[in-house]
Parts: sequence; structure tokens; C-alpha cells
Amino acid sequence: MLGLQALFFYIFAFVSIAAALMVVFSRNPVHSVLFLILTFVSAAGLFLLTGAEFLALILIVVYVGAVAILFLFVVMMLDLDTTGLRQRAQQYAPIGAIIGVVLLAELIIGVTGTYYQPHLATATALPTPPLAAMSNIQALGAVLYTRYILFFQLAGLVLFVAMIGAIVLTLRHKENVKRQSIARQVARTPATAIEIRRVESGKGI
Amino acid sequence: MEVGLGHYLTVGAILFVTGVFGIFLNRKNIITILMSVELILLAVNLNFVAFSAFLNDLAGQVFALFVLTVAAAEAAIGLAILVVFYRNRGSIAVDDVNTMKG
Repeated sequence: MLGLQALFFYIFAFVSIAAALMVVFSRNPVHSVLFLILTFVSAAGLFLLTGAEFLALILIVVYVGAVAILFLFVVMMLDLDTTGLRQRAQQYAPIGAIIGVVLLAELIIGVTGTYYQPHLATATALPTPPLAAMSNIQALGAVLYTRYILFFQLAGLVLFVAMIGAIVLTLRHKENVKRQSIARQVARTPATAIEIRRVESGKGI
Repeated sequence: MEVGLGHYLTVGAILFVTGVFGIFLNRKNIITILMSVELILLAVNLNFVAFSAFLNDLAGQVFALFVLTVAAAEAAIGLAILVVFYRNRGSIAVDDVNTMKG
């Protein structure tokens, strides 16, 4: 009898792996991005099955809502023609397949081998509080703002630097656009700003 | 059949290898390379969360949160560089990158 949890695990696992393969093999970058979104959503389902509710929802909000949409914007904005790229790239497929198979074999040997020792479960760094006492998001918040506050601030700094970097890289000052320069405005003095002329009566300037 | 840690690690391993293979397959298309990197980071996150759940250790989820942050920053910077590169060159072929000077 297949339990409900196992059933959903296999559904999410299959969908995420199939979508990941489609990301890699799809010819159209737009399709790749859409399959990437599907991968993230089904991975969020897997996270949910393990009990990491907050991370599952963050995955959907951050990845699907921000990163994948950013990819979609760029793919559509650049209007790429990838048919030529794809033709020349086929020569790397065999070596990639060899490396992939070797890596997968190594990983599976590592996962199923004797290197993983379940008794390490007793040596937890930060035991999860029982679900009855505290929900997942509450438990995460309780350690994130206390024990990991420095790393949390550093993560914010990383995002800040990324934001500044992205703006600096892509900002383009166009010619013939009037902009406000506060420094110049403040530096104005009556001597430089106005000019007094004596106008004789009956004549213009 | 109960779903154990090995199941999650296998899914993570397959996603990781798919990402690595994608980098090789789409070596000329930098957008797909960036998407493959996202797949790799997702696989790493899956491993962190699986270990966190099965070892009953919350630190894995905290670390996965930071990996998520770095992945988002990396995607933003990478795509910004891509946009600038496309503006300068009119293409995003990786072959043209080595013609950059200065």
C-alpha cells in the first residue's frame, strides 16, 4: 500500500526531474524558463513534504515570483536567435553526458554507500523543536534573529550589493534628458544665478 | 514503501547532474547556463532540506535560506551583466566574451 506521502513524493520528484531535463533540452529559451518555473514549484512541493513549509513558500515567492520572471524578462527583452547557438553546441553533448553519468554514479555510490551514518543524527547542531510546540516558520524565526543574526544581516548585505550592482551595470544615462542636480541647485548663489542690468526707459534690452 | 532520506538525496543528485549536463550541452547559450546554475543550487537546497528534516536539525534549513539568497543575487547580477553584454555586442554568444578588453 503506497502511502499518500510517498505518492506525492513520487509525483513531485518525477515532475521536477522531467521539468529539469526539459529546461536543459528545450530549444526555445522561453520554454526553458517556463519549465524552470515548473521545476521550482514541484521542488517546493518536495520541501513541503519534508516539513520545511517556510522554505517551500519562500521558494515559490523568491524563485517563481522574482528570479524566473527576471529570466523571462531578459529572454524576451533580448529577442535571441538561438538556432545557430544550438547547432554549434551539439559537439559538447557527449563529453557532458560522460561527465554527467560519472558524477551521478559517484553521487549514488556516496548516497547509498556506507559513508552516511544515521547515528550522526544524535549529533545535531540545532535540534528542531517539536511541531506541537512551535511551527516551522516560528522555529526558523527564533534562530534566524538570534543565533544567526550576523549571517542574516550579511545575507541582506549580499542582496543590497547585488541590487546596487545590477542598477549600476544596466543604468544608462541618455542624452538630452533634463535631470535634477541637487548639488548644483544648492551651490547656486545670487552672484552666479542672476544678472542685473540697467534698462534705459523707452528701450528694450 | 516509506520515503526516506535516500529518496530525497537521489532526486537532488539527479537534479544536480541535470544542471551540470546542461552547462555542457548549452555551452554557447549563457542564459541556459544561468538556468542550469539555478538548477544546481536548487539541488543543493533540496539536499540541505532533506538532511535537515531527517536528522532533525534546523541548521540545514537556515543554510538553505542563505543559499537561496545568494542564488537570487547571483541571478540578478548575471542577468545584468548579460544585458550589458548584449547592448555592447548585439549577441550573447559565449565565444564573443573573450574579445572584451579592459
